[in-house]
Amino acid sequence: MAKLDELQDIVVQTRRDILRMVHKVNSGHPGGSLGCTEFLVALYNEAMDLKEGFDMDGIGEDLFFLSNGHISPVFYSVLARKGYFPVEELNTFRLLNSRLQGHPTTHEGLPGIRVASGSLGQGMSVAIGAALGKKLNGDDKLVYSLHGDGELQEGQNWEAIMYAAGNKVDNLISTIDRNGQQIDGPTEEILPLGNLKEKFEVFGWDVLEVAEGNNLEAIINALKEAKSRTGKGKPVCIILDTMMGNGVDFMMHTHAWHGKAPSDEQLENALGQNPETLGDY
Amino acid sequence: MTKYIDQGKNDTRSGYGEAMTELGRTNPNVVALCADLIGSLKIQPFIDENPERFFQIGIAEANMMGIAAGLTIGGKIPFASTFANFATGRVYDQIRQSIAYSGKNVKICASHAGVTLGEDGATHQILEDIGMMKMLPGMTVINPCDFNQTKAATLAIAEHEGPVYLRFGRPKVANFTPVDQKFEIGKALMLSEGTDVTIIATGHLVWEALIAAERLEEQGISAEVINFHTIKPFDEEALLKSVEKTGCVVSAEEHNFLGGLGESVARTLTVHNPVPQEFVATQDTFGESGTPEQLMEKYGLNNKAIEKAVLKVLKRK
Repeated sequence: MAKLDELQDIVVQTRRDILRMVHKVNSGHPGGSLGCTEFLVALYNEAMDLKEGFDMDGIGEDLFFLSNGHISPVFYSVLARKGYFPVEELNTFRLLNSRLQGHPTTHEGLPGIRVASGSLGQGMSVAIGAALGKKLNGDDKLVYSLHGDGELQEGQNWEAIMYAAGNKVDNLISTIDRNGQQIDGPTEEILPLGNLKEKFEVFGWDVLEVAEGNNLEAIINALKEAKSRTGKGKPVCIILDTMMGNGVDFMMHTHAWHGKAPSDEQLENALGQNPETLGDY
Repeated sequence: MTKYIDQGKNDTRSGYGEAMTELGRTNPNVVALCADLIGSLKIQPFIDENPERFFQIGIAEANMMGIAAGLTIGGKIPFASTFANFATGRVYDQIRQSIAYSGKNVKICASHAGVTLGEDGATHQILEDIGMMKMLPGMTVINPCDFNQTKAATLAIAEHEGPVYLRFGRPKVANFTPVDQKFEIGKALMLSEGTDVTIIATGHLVWEALIAAERLEEQGISAEVINFHTIKPFDEEALLKSVEKTGCVVSAEEHNFLGGLGESVARTLTVHNPVPQEFVATQDTFGESGTPEQLMEKYGLNNKAIEKAVLKVLKRK
């Protein structure tokens, strides 16, 4: 296991990447990206069993699908820092002719990405397909996916949730980023999700709740626990309570930073709270 | 003109089913998905022989398209099948993002297209699917004419890398193409040469076009009939070569005149060689309940409608 402080260094550097990316083009989604930084850093650097290099089929390695594609900044940073493509390329985020489109895509051939996402609610179905493919191939590696909580308002998710349990897709670990916020306000005001744990359980999933969704150690333990529950006839769900904008004080406790970039002064302030660790791109 | 013989009416969806059985035996990467319509899609033999390679998704087409996209990762070739209406309009965004934009090797196989599914009525009779699918970048769109050609097309798309929309139907229609004819995606088939008018037809209207051409011959009119089984990529060369000779065109399809084969024909003519064209297609309308024959008559989709369109276009030459 990588030392916690090493992972923490990646987390802080990833936050800087996210902030600088969205600031440069004055667009993108920093709030949810910062909220999922610890999770994605832990997933890619600690939990997932990955091969060297990248191929689309991903046979013999764990796969990850980002369903809530708008948090592309954190995904791009984690992939680049993991070595999928040059870190300098983060500089091209959302620019013309870039492989780093506003929402992730396979279309420009960016290594690490296996499906386009952005139009919400589709990622779990794709993850299930990939998990079924692994079973057919006799590949015992796992499939991970990440979904926004607001995203669960899309009906396709519930088709997928029903299917995965009904068909014992037990090589799948789907994580719900429960930050309680969506563009127009708190999820419980926009369209209440109610008791997510009970909902997943009653559909037939094995569910873990992680109260400290921005605590690296808690995430690592939850991922380890989730992994131990795979292969037992049920898909596994992690409900991760996160803080949107985590690590930047003025971006926390609000949904205001869902899709808004910081000003020059705000960027400076935010970067000051997250001093460089591994070197900026 | 070249004569064709109906070897016995059969449904195009059974051509799909037979090809799936064959693919089940010959291509271990082929997997089948269905949204609660096994019987209608004729894939029970595939399932019996390859239960582990069949995925019953239930009445959840959006999930089916996503799962199909995911199955390509790892090298599977998913054939996702349901009625044309539920395989396109209902799940357009899923196809757009998870399959077309993602460049996934998914075969969307759609039965019961057009008004000829009959009595179920307009809720099930999609006449807009070709348009929706051909507008997606990278999507191949195929509408074979009979049982034999549907079978050949199904086998061919398994060998083709990339997303495909394969459209076929419910009723039994004339089966007249050679049983062993190889299917070449994007290559229109010259069925009968002529000099006065070109008939560009797709799906089971190809047979109607042949009947119309026979009757036109009796009137001294020489019609060239070309089977445009592939709508995208569109075989511009075949159209333009024919028009060079005939100077006018009738397009025939069981689809809205907006967005269908006829529009692809018109676009090609406008750019390269503007000549008169008449459209045998539905006129921006929904369908209704009835028998296939009644509906083809009422909506102007049979050999009589093609004959009429030819006589009209000849006057505009």
